[in-house]
Amino acid sequence: MENAKTTKRINAVISVALSLLCLVYIYPIVLIFINSLKQERAISTTRIFELPTAETFNGLGNYFYGITSMNFLQSFWYSLFISVSSVLLILLCCSMCAWYITRVRGVLSSGMYYLCVFSMVVPFQMVMFTLAKTADTLKLNNPYNICIIYLGFGAGLAVFMFTGFMKSMPVEIEEAAMIDGCNPLQIFFRVVCPILKPTMISTAILETMWVWNDYLLPTLVLDIKKYRTIPMAIQYFRGSYGKVEMGPMMACIMLTVLPVVILYLVCQRYIIEGVVAGAVKG
Amino acid sequence: MKAKKLLSLGLAGTMAAALLAGCTSGAPSSSAAASGDTATSEATAATTTAAGKVYYLNFKPEQDEQWQALAKVYTEQTGVPVTVVTAASGEYETTLMSEMAKSDAPTLFQVNGPIGLANWKDYCYDLTGSDIVGQLTSDTYALKDGDATLGIGYVIESYGLIANKTLLEKAGYTVDDIKSFEDLKKVAEDITARKDELGFAAFSSAGMDASSDWRYKTHLANLPIYFEYQEDGITSTDAIKGTYLDNYKAIFDLYINNSTCAPTELAGKTADDSRNEFLAGEAAFYQNGSWEYVNLTGENGFTDDDLAMIPIYIGVGDEANQGLCTGTENYWCVNKEASEEDIQATLDFINWCVTSEEGTTAMANEMGFVIPFKGAAESTNLFVKQDQEMTAAGKVPVSWNFTTMPSENWKNGLGSALTAYAAGTGTWDGVVTAFVDGWATEAALNAA
Amino acid sequence: MEKAIKKFWPVFVLPTLAAFVIGFVWPFLWGIGLSFCKFTTVKNVEFVGIQNYLNIWIDNTFTHAFWFTTAFTVVSTVLINVLGFTLALLLTRKVRGTNVFRTVYFMPNLIGGVVLGYIWNTLLNGVLTILSKPLLQLDATYGFWGLVILMCWQQIGYMMIIYIAGLQNVPPDLIEAARIDGANSRQVLARVKIPMVMPSVTICTFLTLTNSFKLFDQNLSLTGGEPAKASQMLALNIYDTFYARSGAQWKGIGQAKAVVFFLAVVVIALVQLRITRSKEVQQ
Repeated sequence: MENAKTTKRINAVISVALSLLCLVYIYPIVLIFINSLKQERAISTTRIFELPTAETFNGLGNYFYGITSMNFLQSFWYSLFISVSSVLLILLCCSMCAWYITRVRGVLSSGMYYLCVFSMVVPFQMVMFTLAKTADTLKLNNPYNICIIYLGFGAGLAVFMFTGFMKSMPVEIEEAAMIDGCNPLQIFFRVVCPILKPTMISTAILETMWVWNDYLLPTLVLDIKKYRTIPMAIQYFRGSYGKVEMGPMMACIMLTVLPVVILYLVCQRYIIEGVVAGAVKG
Repeated sequence: MKAKKLLSLGLAGTMAAALLAGCTSGAPSSSAAASGDTATSEATAATTTAAGKVYYLNFKPEQDEQWQALAKVYTEQTGVPVTVVTAASGEYETTLMSEMAKSDAPTLFQVNGPIGLANWKDYCYDLTGSDIVGQLTSDTYALKDGDATLGIGYVIESYGLIANKTLLEKAGYTVDDIKSFEDLKKVAEDITARKDELGFAAFSSAGMDASSDWRYKTHLANLPIYFEYQEDGITSTDAIKGTYLDNYKAIFDLYINNSTCAPTELAGKTADDSRNEFLAGEAAFYQNGSWEYVNLTGENGFTDDDLAMIPIYIGVGDEANQGLCTGTENYWCVNKEASEEDIQATLDFINWCVTSEEGTTAMANEMGFVIPFKGAAESTNLFVKQDQEMTAAGKVPVSWNFTTMPSENWKNGLGSALTAYAAGTGTWDGVVTAFVDGWATEAALNAA
Repeated sequence: MEKAIKKFWPVFVLPTLAAFVIGFVWPFLWGIGLSFCKFTTVKNVEFVGIQNYLNIWIDNTFTHAFWFTTAFTVVSTVLINVLGFTLALLLTRKVRGTNVFRTVYFMPNLIGGVVLGYIWNTLLNGVLTILSKPLLQLDATYGFWGLVILMCWQQIGYMMIIYIAGLQNVPPDLIEAARIDGANSRQVLARVKIPMVMPSVTICTFLTLTNSFKLFDQNLSLTGGEPAKASQMLALNIYDTFYARSGAQWKGIGQAKAVVFFLAVVVIALVQLRITRSKEVQQ
């Protein structure tokens, strides 16, 4: 098998090339990590590629400073709470709504469906001012209920994904449950939800990535006197208080990136499957 | 059937209620915490609306800590809650715009002069007859629109070239040797020529990062504008001519060519970089203002004997009698749309700041301000004292005309052009265009 | 059953509908309304007709941002899809270490736009300093390519995953049949694989196109629109007009720009869907 041999050789070359590319991919993060350990004065554009020396090594100093001076842990908590609550709310409400849309025909269903599809293409800038104003009037401006705003603005994608999946779900099981005397709520939670699990996961992943990283919406909606999410805190490092604190900023970037990377490595399979599932539905 | 209908309605009701109350029905574990928090915030809101509260959107990032501390003292003494939020450098307008649209808008905010006031005058409470207006030492510090006093200049500041006397002596000069642009140029270029031997440069880096570029696009640009206004006998204009732009170029060239670093690196240099260079004795001159006093002295390094502030000479006018650039671009405005209690609380707060022992000392010492109010504490700020001495000796202070610059956008355009010029990616013609044409364009846009 | 569910509509639809009205429908309609008004906050709204739309071109920033965004969208869409597809092809060859590669290439996608912008700002400015070239915030050309590199780094992995799934769905017998008919690997790629993954191409181009066109966070944190708004994209230009410019006239103009921007996004999405859908193979 002459052919197999060449294939093998080519594959080896590809493997090496892809490994090099891997290094290129990881390098920016490594660079930030290295610099987060250096003293402020050793982090300028001219010295960014220098490794820390005994003189410029700052240990975890930047991390401590970043955490204490910028209230990073608080921001972390707000970001976490907003992401978790919003995503759970989106999953629950949108899956229920999607089930109704697929199973009931009528003006309400089709109206909702088309609105959802429509909302997916609308850029945030279109509603940024009025949404912030509405949220302010309804007092939806703190981390504990901003999830309603996220439900409203993020419903489109979730409903779309759920309906996409539900269209292919056989109606017979649900009908059987109905004959057994279940009311629609019971049917939804006992029968439909378990089947929905894979789509739930993929939707959850897409929505989490959006909410966790979102910058503009919380900046405009949240009460900035009290609350700051991580992207807002990072943005604040630049130009706030008349100086740019590069060291602590790098440290906080690392603290932001690390949990995400760890979470990703742990549940990689679900995330990648989720992306694929989401795309196929899309 | 009926029971089911009721059930569904009931469920809908609870869900809608949960939704509106902000309890996340999807997160049962957290709803307790959430509702608990809402309750506490409501409680504080209830107690505060009775007495009024103050929300100050502060413009000066360098004094953030001091304002926070002063607000805390006030709250401890009176029980009136004072929130101070400081906008990031260069983001004041953005933050103010988004905050003013909220129901819990700032009760106290700042405008930078007549141009800023034009945009916000519909929101400014008429301060005529209030206590704080009576405290002003001179009527010129009140910002008026017709008969209404809408803003109060609360700080008088000076800027110029801060010199490290020790280093100057090392190079064989004293501050008295510098009486004109020619002298400054001679000294600076001599220091540069002997840079390696002396171990320091003439000027600390003219950083063009957003945290620092206001020193050039606003403060330095004031000088050609001031002299043009002087010559034409005007106080503002819709069309600047740029009569003294060559002098502006000369001084900017002097800064960037006799600096601690190459002109190309300036784009990324921050305010911190520049200050640190000066603190570390790497440069003899540092263009900045009286507000920097706190950052330069005490445990930060220098004593009063090490420092002096000299006027920025650009080779125009009567240089022998030129003083420091002194004025204000900080006017307090009270939000007219706030509730009556909040307006009263705000008026009380600012009045307290400029009359009480704690307020005046904090503003004079910690913040390094000179405040134009009768009860002002004597300033210990060296640069302020120098300004007073120079004025007493008959020197004419250069007024702050950048309050008449047409917009933030104009400053940003000029800043970009200066940055590009320093880095060699742009030409001086670009700066001239940004200065002259940009002014006309922005003035026209304001009128639109 | 339909009837039974229908009775429960307040439970199933109402929460989402209510939030949807609060978070989307009302702000959207109000936004369109405000685009015909002059206002600072919402207290002093004054109807001015289409004046705001005419004033969009009062300065040339919107036009510039439009072309900058268009150029960026075209370049990044093409690059991301070509590179993502190439990587997907390589990773479906059963190369050693496929899983590791896939994991690593996908990772940047999880990092948020603002953070990514700062990471690349640091890195690219470092490189430019070494090459003694002007920094990102000084030269819009570098800013442009910086944004392209950043977007590639972030999005290639995501698109790669979708393409891998698409390639894995190509029936092996189809490829086998083509081989037996004497097709070489290039022909297999062009005649069998690419037509079969057209649905993935639709999705990926749609995603990259809209993502690039609507880009905001990365633009804000990588270049901030510098120098002098030359690297400002549409979303940032609207934000800048709306919030950073003082003066009552600007808010209405910003809102009008947003409506135009929204219409542009809709047109692009429709055109793109029509073009690629027509190329898909009916399976």
